[in-house]
Amino acid sequence: MNDPRVLREARSRSLVPTRRPHYVGATVPAAALEPDDAAAAEVPRLQTVGLRKSYRKGQVTIPVLNGVNVEVREGEFLAVIGASGSGKSTLLHLLGTLDSPDAGEIRFDGCRVDNLPARRRDILRNRAFGMIFQFYHLLPEFTTLENVLAPLMIADGVVGYLRRRRRYADAAKELLATMGLSHRLKHRPRELSGGEMQRAAIARALVMGPQVLLADEPTGNLDRAAGRDILRILRTLNHQQKLTIVMVTHDLGNAEEADRIVRICEGRIEKV
Amino acid sequence: MYKLLLCWRYLRTRWIALASIVSVTLGVATMIVVNSVMAGFRHEMQERIHGILSDVVFESNSLIGFYDAQWHMEQIRQVAGDYIEGMTATVVVPALLTYQYNDRTVTRPVQLIGIDEETQSEVGDFCKYLQHPANRQQISFQLRDGGYDMRDHQAGDEAPDRPDMAQAGWAHRRRWVERQRMIESMQPRADREDAPVDPFRSDAALPAESTDPLVPVTDATPDATWPARASAAPRHAAADEPRANPSEPAAWASSPTGEEESGNPFRGLPVATPGLPADRPPREPVDQLQPDASSVHAATAAVEQAQERAPAADAAAAADLVAAGESAGAVKDPFDARPREEDVFDPASEQHDGLVLGMALASYRDQQGRDRFLALPGDDVKLSFPTAGTPPDVCHASFTIVDFYESKMSEYDASFVFVPIRTLQKLRGMFDPTTGIGYATSIQIKLRPGADGDAVRDMLRANFMPQLYNVSTWRDKQGPLLAAVQLETAILNLLLFLIIAVAGFGILAIFFMIVVEKTRDIGILKSLGASGRGILGIFLGYGLSLGLVGAGAGLAIGLLFIAYINEIADVLGLITGHEVFDPSIYYFLKIPTIVDPATVAWIVTGALAIAVLASVLPARRAARLHPVEALRYE
Repeated sequence: MNDPRVLREARSRSLVPTRRPHYVGATVPAAALEPDDAAAAEVPRLQTVGLRKSYRKGQVTIPVLNGVNVEVREGEFLAVIGASGSGKSTLLHLLGTLDSPDAGEIRFDGCRVDNLPARRRDILRNRAFGMIFQFYHLLPEFTTLENVLAPLMIADGVVGYLRRRRRYADAAKELLATMGLSHRLKHRPRELSGGEMQRAAIARALVMGPQVLLADEPTGNLDRAAGRDILRILRTLNHQQKLTIVMVTHDLGNAEEADRIVRICEGRIEKV
Repeated sequence: MYKLLLCWRYLRTRWIALASIVSVTLGVATMIVVNSVMAGFRHEMQERIHGILSDVVFESNSLIGFYDAQWHMEQIRQVAGDYIEGMTATVVVPALLTYQYNDRTVTRPVQLIGIDEETQSEVGDFCKYLQHPANRQQISFQLRDGGYDMRDHQAGDEAPDRPDMAQAGWAHRRRWVERQRMIESMQPRADREDAPVDPFRSDAALPAESTDPLVPVTDATPDATWPARASAAPRHAAADEPRANPSEPAAWASSPTGEEESGNPFRGLPVATPGLPADRPPREPVDQLQPDASSVHAATAAVEQAQERAPAADAAAAADLVAAGESAGAVKDPFDARPREEDVFDPASEQHDGLVLGMALASYRDQQGRDRFLALPGDDVKLSFPTAGTPPDVCHASFTIVDFYESKMSEYDASFVFVPIRTLQKLRGMFDPTTGIGYATSIQIKLRPGADGDAVRDMLRANFMPQLYNVSTWRDKQGPLLAAVQLETAILNLLLFLIIAVAGFGILAIFFMIVVEKTRDIGILKSLGASGRGILGIFLGYGLSLGLVGAGAGLAIGLLFIAYINEIADVLGLITGHEVFDPSIYYFLKIPTIVDPATVAWIVTGALAIAVLASVLPARRAARLHPVEALRYE
């Protein structure tokens, strides 16, 4: 917030709705982002301040997050570990603006995003965040390619999409090719294996060129080899493209791929 | 874009939803069909009624009518002349129609209408409904030689033939006369019966024995029965020689009313009179003088007269049997009761006054939709109707059918009989011979295009005493019928729309199911940045596209149904065993349909609106789903 340049950049890249999606992000060489690094290093890409969240079940209120303070720096691969039900998924959803905290702030590039209007948060989710889930969450009605194109469809209007559909499709195919799914373009999700589905989900998360990739137990439903494969992809993305990744997992072994690991316990963050 | 794609995918993969819109389809199709058929019927009926009835009818409250139609027309013109295009005077009286069919008497109550040949076509489509092409140009009450339409000229080419009509006209008349003569020549004389002959029994019913040696079998048999064969039956050998006697029919036809005043009662009985001397066997004079030929009331007078003169008539009888005509015996008749040659009515070459008969009065339609005729142009009929006297007497007169009137409104076709107004005025005593001015019972008024009939009616009502005159528009005359059709259409539409509304609830239920089923997809879309409005759009669009599919299919089915409605009716008739659309009831050969684009548009729009409205609630629910809960939904 202090730095007007950062603010401007944040607006131009994510908060202000623009018709042209930044799907190029995934293929932009890391060097292109280099000049910003000095400034970005001062302001964390993602930051939470005193985040609180509780769920109501009838009369009982179950506190999940109890004042979480966490910072994710630009280009960082952060792993959040914790026991089942410790609130790590809740934290991820809050970071991805899928949910609103009871108290506290979430800042993206220094801008507070938790109290943005719903429409702005939708755009932010669409442009700035890519999300992958334990159960892949691909749309069963769409083919692999269409699933990857879905964020572009959401971002663009009908006319704009149809006009640019070739460019979009090329970008999506290229992404799927890097994920090794070129032969699966026309297949429905149910015809893919778990690993393939998760790779398609990663391609979908990357297609808008997000600033942050939020991964919720990405290997939780995969066998060891496929899980390793996914982790390798995440690692590569983080290394080569300086993509900021927040991964939630219950498995310390997986977490070791990350630059930094924090643990959620009793609704608070503990350093590991 | 994702909305369209998802709508499309949902449409293609969710067959259960398509099932829910079958009722929309059926509702739309039924509504289109019902509205088109009802509109067709209504239009056809209005068209016909309007064609038959003039725009405004100005009537007298009494059967005597009002004096001087011309003066009344001028008065009407003074009141509402600006709106009036044409007028014609008519005389309308209830009457009884009688004619013979295969020795059976057919009797029908009718509406006898005297029309002015010149001006009738100015006020309505009277001529349009006639069966002879020349009569359609200008009606003539003279029997035509032939050339009557062999098929319904108002129906299309599919109308079945009317082979009977091929002979209609003079050819039919001559053939009929010939056959009558042959039948009579083969029949033994019936007049030997001692008992008085029942005037309503046909010859065929009498004992078939001939004991009179004096009467040759080949001779023209006297026809003592009325009305069988009546005036048309030849009683004279001379009838074989065709004679042109055009002046006679009018004079003859007018005689029944005039003869009471006439000095010579036989003047009015040209047909009965020749039979008097010729047919009477010597011993049974009275029997011979039973009511005969043309008119029964005239015959009563004749009987009385003849009884007095019986012996003289006996003397003349034998000679007349041998040779009819002038050779036989004017000399022998002391009363000179034998008619002069021109007074003798020869049905083979002469006609009575012309009459246009409502088609249904002389025909019926069989199950194949083919018309069967009981009488044809050329046949003679009798009419009995009240005179204009107080109290009215019964007046009987013979007429010759010159054409049929087929308006396709069975109500009218089965009751209207048209004759020239002059004839009717004379017969009913509605004509003042000293001034040449007659009475009329109504004036038909045709309005200029665009003129308001109700306004003209009200103007006339205000200016003419309602105690004496009744003014009504054609709509007033057929008001209940048109209103009934209107009400029927409205109720049917309401019911059918309720069916579509019920279909709306089906869509609602199915949509809730789909939303529940798609909860996770909704969460995914939200996590990808889809807005609540976008999700709403998906499901509203889905509802709309379901409605489009349903209404579109309904539209197609409905229009197809209408295009082939007659074929479908035929097939249904074949399957169920009884005809769905019986042409003999409706008097249409085909089911009339009118597809009103505005109505169709309304129906389709209504169906779409219901489909969209039914999807609003589920769509709102989907839009409000919490993304995290939706993602976690199992």
